[in-house]
Amino acid sequence: MSTTFLTDTGVLTGRSLRHVVRSPDTIITTAVTPIAVMLLFVYVFGGAILTNAGSPYLDYMLPGILLMTIASGVAYTAYRLFLDLQGGIFERFQSMPIARSSVLWAHVLTSVAANLVAVALVIGVALLMGFRTGASVGAWLAVAGILALFTLALTWIAVIAGLGAKSVEGASAFSYPLIFLPFVSSAFVPTDSMPGPVAWFAENQPLTSIVDSIRALFVGQPVGGDLLTALAWLVVVLVLANALALTAYRRRRQ
Amino acid sequence: MSAEQRADLAISARGIEKSFKGLHVLRGVDLDVRAGSIVALLGSNGAGKTTLVRILSTLTAADAGTAMVNGFDVASEGRAVRSSISLTGQYAAIDERLSGRENLVLVARLRHVPDPRATADDLLRRFALSEAGGRKAGEYSGGMRRRLDIAMSLVGDPAVVFLDEPTTGLDPQSRGEVWETVRRLADGGTTVLLTTQYLDEAEQLAERIAVLHEGTIIQYGTLAELKRLLLPTEVEYVEKQPSLEDVFLALVGSGATTRGGSL
Repeated sequence: MSTTFLTDTGVLTGRSLRHVVRSPDTIITTAVTPIAVMLLFVYVFGGAILTNAGSPYLDYMLPGILLMTIASGVAYTAYRLFLDLQGGIFERFQSMPIARSSVLWAHVLTSVAANLVAVALVIGVALLMGFRTGASVGAWLAVAGILALFTLALTWIAVIAGLGAKSVEGASAFSYPLIFLPFVSSAFVPTDSMPGPVAWFAENQPLTSIVDSIRALFVGQPVGGDLLTALAWLVVVLVLANALALTAYRRRRQ
Repeated sequence: MSAEQRADLAISARGIEKSFKGLHVLRGVDLDVRAGSIVALLGSNGAGKTTLVRILSTLTAADAGTAMVNGFDVASEGRAVRSSISLTGQYAAIDERLSGRENLVLVARLRHVPDPRATADDLLRRFALSEAGGRKAGEYSGGMRRRLDIAMSLVGDPAVVFLDEPTTGLDPQSRGEVWETVRRLADGGTTVLLTTQYLDEAEQLAERIAVLHEGTIIQYGTLAELKRLLLPTEVEYVEKQPSLEDVFLALVGSGATTRGGSL
């Protein structure tokens, strides 16, 4: 099973990567909203926001913007999966002698590749706007690793949404709360400026530990316990979403 | 039935049952299809034709009963069944964002055919799609999409081909092309089980016709056998009027046979 799983997943990933390359607008629209939010916060609100970091506000908020990019990018996975289901090509794949879960893995790997490109685009704009970091190669790799893990976890949620959707709109609706989740975290303003219950939620939701880890890596500070909390959250969400997606997938056979 | 008769069967189903949310769609279907023959599964909308095809192609599990396809059990030897069959569903299962050639190469790779490109080119030629091969499949006409769809089903020469309503929604010309394709398939030794709601389609193509009604197969036999059920025939003299289809095909001046390409 393992050898055909790898080759089948490779062939199917090649197919959906080709879709992405043929409609680069999917990557550009993924990056446009986070870039607009970044411009808005840096040039409009930024002057009024006090962070205790002492560094430029752009450096402070970039990690949250990157997470927002991925949260909006995974919606395209749900969309592409839904189109496959609607068009009948999904059934064709299922009636062929291929490793069954490779159909899902191909979409997931494509999502990771497409989102890393969108993230690179956003970082490019941030550099033009004056983002600077002294992060070492190791720190950059750690950031890339965290973002890849974040993409994997959210993409499996997208797979659940795509498998269960009844319409194109429904397939991507799950991503809206995810896109706004960074606002109620340490991504844009320090959590201690928020009223009690909101601050409690912001401090304890997964995005804060992820944002704080990436921020520490960018400024070259020790990451400490935040990274462990972030990784624990990511692994739990990933395992859970993966299990639910595979169950939903199997249930389609009745 | 003796063992050697069974060995000659490409499809053999016994007592297949399936319910969806309390709706008893299939109520004990028995069906034998001889290897290399064309059998039409005839029934009205909602009779359960698609459900039966989905069970035989391992996409849906039956609630009760057994089915063998190409000698393999659909419940316990799913992968071996999937290696022996191909399914062409009601809606053309093509990737609209890939070209016709890329669609064929994709399926050829997934079926682990030795030379995917040569296989794709060969099928494009057989289905008169060579010129359109480089264009996006999303730009194809209905008939071309259906031809590509069936071509994709023939990659790797599966022993049994399921065609679920292969001509629904097609214009008369494209319909004739599909019929021609199906005939050539059977000439080459492939077993074809096709579902249809068109009586003339079953009449044109099938060696044997199975009538699926209210969850069971109520009649199964050759066209002549089915016609004999209504004997004696009353002889009536009527003026032969050309059907609208005859007129249409005469006007556009294209017979299905000339357009079918060399398969």
